Amino acid sequence: MTSIASAAERQSTANQPAAEVAPPSRLRSQRRLSVGKSHPYGLMIGPVLLLIFWSWGARSGFIDPRVLPGPWVAVTTAWQLLQEGRLQVNLLFSAERALTGLAFGTLTGVLAALVTGLSKLGGYLLDGVVQVKRAIPLYAILPFFMLWFGIGETEKVIIIAAASFMPIYLQTHSALRNIDRRYVELAESFRVSYVDFLINVVLPGALPGFLLGLRFASMSSWMALVVVEQTNATAGIGYMINLATSYAQTDVMLVGLVVYAVLGVASDVAIRTAQKLCLAWQPALGG
Amino acid sequence: MTAYPVFVRDLARNFGDRPAILGVDLEIAPGEFVALIGRSGSGKSTLIRALADLDHDVAGSGTLVVPKNIAMVFQDARLLPWKRVLSNVTFGLHGPDVAARGRAALAEVELADRERAWPYELSGGQQQRVALARAIVRAPEFLLADEPFGALDALTRIRMHHLLRRISLQHGPAVLMVTHDVDEAIELAKRVLVLEQGRIIANIPIKLPEDNIHLGDTFAAYRTQLLSLLGVEDSRKVRAA
Repeated sequence: MTSIASAAERQSTANQPAAEVAPPSRLRSQRRLSVGKSHPYGLMIGPVLLLIFWSWGARSGFIDPRVLPGPWVAVTTAWQLLQEGRLQVNLLFSAERALTGLAFGTLTGVLAALVTGLSKLGGYLLDGVVQVKRAIPLYAILPFFMLWFGIGETEKVIIIAAASFMPIYLQTHSALRNIDRRYVELAESFRVSYVDFLINVVLPGALPGFLLGLRFASMSSWMALVVVEQTNATAGIGYMINLATSYAQTDVMLVGLVVYAVLGVASDVAIRTAQKLCLAWQPALGG
Repeated sequence: MTAYPVFVRDLARNFGDRPAILGVDLEIAPGEFVALIGRSGSGKSTLIRALADLDHDVAGSGTLVVPKNIAMVFQDARLLPWKRVLSNVTFGLHGPDVAARGRAALAEVELADRERAWPYELSGGQQQRVALARAIVRAPEFLLADEPFGALDALTRIRMHHLLRRISLQHGPAVLMVTHDVDEAIELAKRVLVLEQGRIIANIPIKLPEDNIHLGDTFAAYRTQLLSLLGVEDSRKVRAA
């Protein structure tokens, strides 16, 4: 933009006396059509406005504190819970559940995707099964999972693993199957061995797809965590919320919600950082 | 068998019942630079894909002998975007001295200082030079180039011509370069083949005089001959008339 403006400027100074030169912004006849670059912290504006509205509502009595206490209540209650030691214990339980489930889901998802993505036979045998399973909503199989694995810690981790398996599998499988034909030709014409082809072309080429799957999977795992902690949990953030619900402790319920939000955002930021580090070869990673 | 590293007899390739190439005979001597020109749809790509052994599902017949050690340069540089320049050059090679050989190849294309760069950081001409380094590091007996300079600007193209000529003289592989640029073919090749409707209709040895006095005339004569084989009138002649 600046180069166009300055070029036009130069032209006009050549033809006219300097006093009549219009400011460069006036010389732009073409409106910018794309959205343009965002300010790095611009995304914070919306949430901050919402927070201000919420605080005002709670203080002025516009929002009934029994329905939703003010945001500062979340902070003070969280501090209290931390001092009692309840928040750490429950948080640790929840995080361990979610991460164990996510780890298992990721491992099995990648393994299954490798089998179906790299081998035709594997695809015939396994991909159809996964697609059928995908058609059934996970939470509809929940009763069966309870029947098979009981309602203990194992069942909870398995459900979280199953929830995070699907996005990992789908993204990795399609990334493996959609390797650019041109690179396949390159490897073939250079008579590169299959192992070299796999290590240098297929796997790095599928990495962006896998990382995208991991981002979706982490969201799925938090979602599954909320669901499994609703039934027969004896510890965890969900248990803490449930307990608070029975005693109508809206402040504790609010803390639980905030903790879920913080966990979700933190894991997303972590995976996006990993994405940036792993995909340095991409010119610009948007979003 | 045959003294030629590249030896083709009566090669045919069909897509369905439509023949893409038929009855193609071709031999390239060691160190010989051959250019293949033809209109679009004449079967150039089919032939080069057959030579590179890339036509898995294409029906066909004929004798095809190519060396094991071949290298290819594509129209797009086709660098692996997730590998740095040096790793792209040594892609698929093993051995203790691979990195050193890769660096030497990069030095030959005058990109020694960019070995740590990502492909996206290079210009189109630089990328194509890396692709050339990736080909020569293999010391191929047969170098296939599929319109290697088609996507480059005119100035970069001239530099690449010099580079390719020097490399082919130094390393001496048999070269087959597909191009639609008649001038490029005359300038670089010792022999020009014209492909038309799947057949080689002309095989023209190129002998350019050493002195500059007659160069222009000889060049123009080849140019007119090749263009008329391609069914195009030489615009320079039209203008002169």
